[in-house]
Amino acid sequence: MWNRRKEEEKPPPPKPVAAQPAQQPPPQPIKTPAKETSPMSSIPNRPTESFEATRAGNAVLGKSVVVKGQILSREDLTIDGEVEGTIEMQEHRLTVGQNGKVRASVKAREVIVLGTLHGNVETGDRIDIRKEAKLVGDIRTARIVIEDGAYFKGNVDIVRADAPKSTATPAASTPAPSPRPQTPAASSPSAGPAMAARVGETKR
Amino acid sequence: METRSSSGLDQFCSLLVERPGLTLLDLAGANQSTVAFITGLGHRIYSDDFLLQMDRCFGDGDFYENQADPEKTAQFLKSALDYPAQHFDGALVWDSLEFLEGPLLETVVQRLSNMLRPSSYMLALFHAEERVETIPTYSYRIQDRKTITLAPRGRRRPAQFFNNRSLEKLFHDFESVKFFLTRDHLREVIVRR
Repeated sequence: MWNRRKEEEKPPPPKPVAAQPAQQPPPQPIKTPAKETSPMSSIPNRPTESFEATRAGNAVLGKSVVVKGQILSREDLTIDGEVEGTIEMQEHRLTVGQNGKVRASVKAREVIVLGTLHGNVETGDRIDIRKEAKLVGDIRTARIVIEDGAYFKGNVDIVRADAPKSTATPAASTPAPSPRPQTPAASSPSAGPAMAARVGETKR
Repeated sequence: METRSSSGLDQFCSLLVERPGLTLLDLAGANQSTVAFITGLGHRIYSDDFLLQMDRCFGDGDFYENQADPEKTAQFLKSALDYPAQHFDGALVWDSLEFLEGPLLETVVQRLSNMLRPSSYMLALFHAEERVETIPTYSYRIQDRKTITLAPRGRRRPAQFFNNRSLEKLFHDFESVKFFLTRDHLREVIVRR
């Protein structure tokens, strides 16, 4: 009841001031321009969110874009088109979108592959090869994620930033996998029939 | 997905803990589990999907007849096994050799032998049950040094069945051949280069 009275007491919303038409032009429906005004734009019919992402520091090469040469980026980059050459963005993330076809050597902080990438990849942090992605090339990274369904052909070399380079051996610095209890049937029920029944050896 | 314990893998992994910084070849196709296991021990892993390469080269038409086609065979060897001599310290070929016809099989084993450094190991699996038309194929993933996870990939007709004698003959270039016959009719074979 009190609330209602308070609402009733609220002043009505301000009406447009007819005396000041120059300051407040009448609202007009927002129209998307038929053609992009900037000749550099490569993102036809991109939804608003993508423009927001672009403004926030994520460049996008749309799927109709073909680039041949060297890309140096100081912001995160998403490639949905075709790129051939080299890509360097040491402090930033490269995303090869589902439509992206990249044939380049890549150096980035982080790489996410959803499309196709042919070339060697070096990341300071991680590489993420998503389902249905295709990557052919050697990878040098600190961390790697490979989703089921991804195709990868190449070498994986894990570089640990915290590990000493020459003195300690990797096997010594990395804990060996903890040995499983010697009860295969208990540790994995489906592994029952897989126990070795006979061992034979031939030496020459 | 099912899991199985593997004495052959255990034997193979004994090499991995003895020496650091090895380069290993895995022909099961890249997967998170194996990559994490191998790189976690401080080694490099080279991944490829051998069965997929076979399907790409021989899958159009009769799979085994195509393996006699010199052009397709050359293409296959180039795409799947074009590595420098003595490049790897170990190879996980799993069951892929079962789907190669005689002459190509010999060539592939010869190439594998050439790619491996002396004293390195290779792990291969062969079905021991002969009275079957097709055998299940899997994507093999290392869970730990004694356990394999099997991701099913359908069934295939093997090119031939092997016994211990035929396997010894097949790997005659290698220094030693060691068999682990399991209760599920699978021969795990460790060969030492």
